[in-house]
Amino acid sequence: MRYLLLINDQESMFATMSPQEMGKMMGDYGKFHEELSASGAFKDAARLRPVATATTVRVRNGKTLTTDGPFAETKEQLGGYYLIDVKNLDEAIRWAAKIPSANHGCVEVRPVWEENEQ
Amino acid sequence: MLGDFDLAEDALQDAFAVALERWPSAGVPENPGAWITTAARHKAIDLLRRSKVRREETAGALLEGEHPAPGAQASRSHTQAEEEAIALLESRSGSTLSDDRLRLIFTCCHPALNREAQVALTLHTLGGLTTPEVARAFLLPPATLGQRLVRAKQKIRQAGIPYQVPDVDLLPERLPAVLIVLYLIFNEGYSATAGDDLIRGELCSEAIRLGRILASLMPREGEVLGLLALMLLQDSRRAARISPEGELVLLEEQDRGLWDHDEIEEGKRLLDEALSLRRPGSYQIQAAIAALHSEAETTEDTDWPQIVALYETLLRLHPTPVVALNHAVAVAMAEGPEPGLALIEEIGRHGFLEDYLHFHSARADLLRRLRRHAEAREAYRRALDLAGSTPERQFLMRRLRALEGDEGSDPLTRNPAGQE
Repeated sequence: MRYLLLINDQESMFATMSPQEMGKMMGDYGKFHEELSASGAFKDAARLRPVATATTVRVRNGKTLTTDGPFAETKEQLGGYYLIDVKNLDEAIRWAAKIPSANHGCVEVRPVWEENEQ
Repeated sequence: MLGDFDLAEDALQDAFAVALERWPSAGVPENPGAWITTAARHKAIDLLRRSKVRREETAGALLEGEHPAPGAQASRSHTQAEEEAIALLESRSGSTLSDDRLRLIFTCCHPALNREAQVALTLHTLGGLTTPEVARAFLLPPATLGQRLVRAKQKIRQAGIPYQVPDVDLLPERLPAVLIVLYLIFNEGYSATAGDDLIRGELCSEAIRLGRILASLMPREGEVLGLLALMLLQDSRRAARISPEGELVLLEEQDRGLWDHDEIEEGKRLLDEALSLRRPGSYQIQAAIAALHSEAETTEDTDWPQIVALYETLLRLHPTPVVALNHAVAVAMAEGPEPGLALIEEIGRHGFLEDYLHFHSARADLLRRLRRHAEAREAYRRALDLAGSTPERQFLMRRLRALEGDEGSDPLTRNPAGQE
């Protein structure tokens, strides 16, 4: 089954991180990425730019409404994702727990709605 | 064996139904466990065909080493039927079935499901109660419970919750939820906050039955044995806890002759076994407290200092306000109402138990013993506001009336939290 692991973290935390701390976190992500790829579960991943760069689009009555910022203000922000393919939820949870950001933010595990499923 | 929860559940039930139809006339097969497993696998294949849900990994696991065979159509079995089949199997053979039940317990109590869903699923899937009975016990319309079950099963399927016992490294994280669910089921029956008494008694028995299964499957887990011991020791007092008039009877007023001594003996034996594994935990400590109560001839004979010490250990493991309250009541019994009340007022200052009935009734009782009657009455009234069930209300009314009528001390009102 495919699962999307949504990484939520406080962006403000990154602003106060020392270069050493930032470097360690990048290193941890590198190791996680390697392990995930080696297992064959890796499908896709991306790191997102901060919510300040976000634009939200809605279409109402045929009119496109474009607003600045994210669609909702939250304490933690979506900062990236991994798409993985594993056997079941327990395996997905295992990988989610290994994502470095899980140590301060949180990771939401969402099963992908496959086309052939109801 | 079967990798899919729904299929496994349905297939097992169908296989039981067939077994019950056939065995009385054809006789019990040599190895009923294997027979059921094979029959269940055939049923599962049958169900797979019918449902047209063909997920590759499920079908793969299912067909492994087994040729699909057409199975006879069987109606879904009833819980009672399942019960009888299980009892029959357990008396005749082995472990395949038990392994399936262990997997079911862990699937039902998976952390991705909310607690309500865990309880409903466990009772429905493994329990000896029918869905309407479970609904009645929890004062829910059957339709609401039904919907809860449908949603829970949907989540199991859609989120990919595995039908398996978690790996050893995940067990410490997963087992507590299973124990909590069993204890919740037990307490729902035991604390009698509302509802039909008869059904509630069945909830206790059901939790104990499931606890026995778990203990037989995981005999090296101290807390599993500890929980079973605790439930047995508490359940041994069930008959003495409610008076013929339906009123709650506290521990110290109970007719100890009504206690079930077989359950006490079994509970104490299990507790010894658990303690010998040297992996202490909160269920074992609570069972030890219950065991001390069961050993005393009277309230006065009870080893209160030892109970205080056990609550202190429990507080270190689980520093919760309710544990602190029980500790305070034990201190009052061991050392007198004054130090007990001081501890209770300290809990009160944090405001954690403002809406907790037993906080107010315990406080009321200690105030009363210290002859601070006006404050005691006020605390009893606060407790009455919070009391849900009739036995509890009757009990508090009686205490309040006694206080308003006779200003003297009543030797029976010393342990309102009842240490239960």
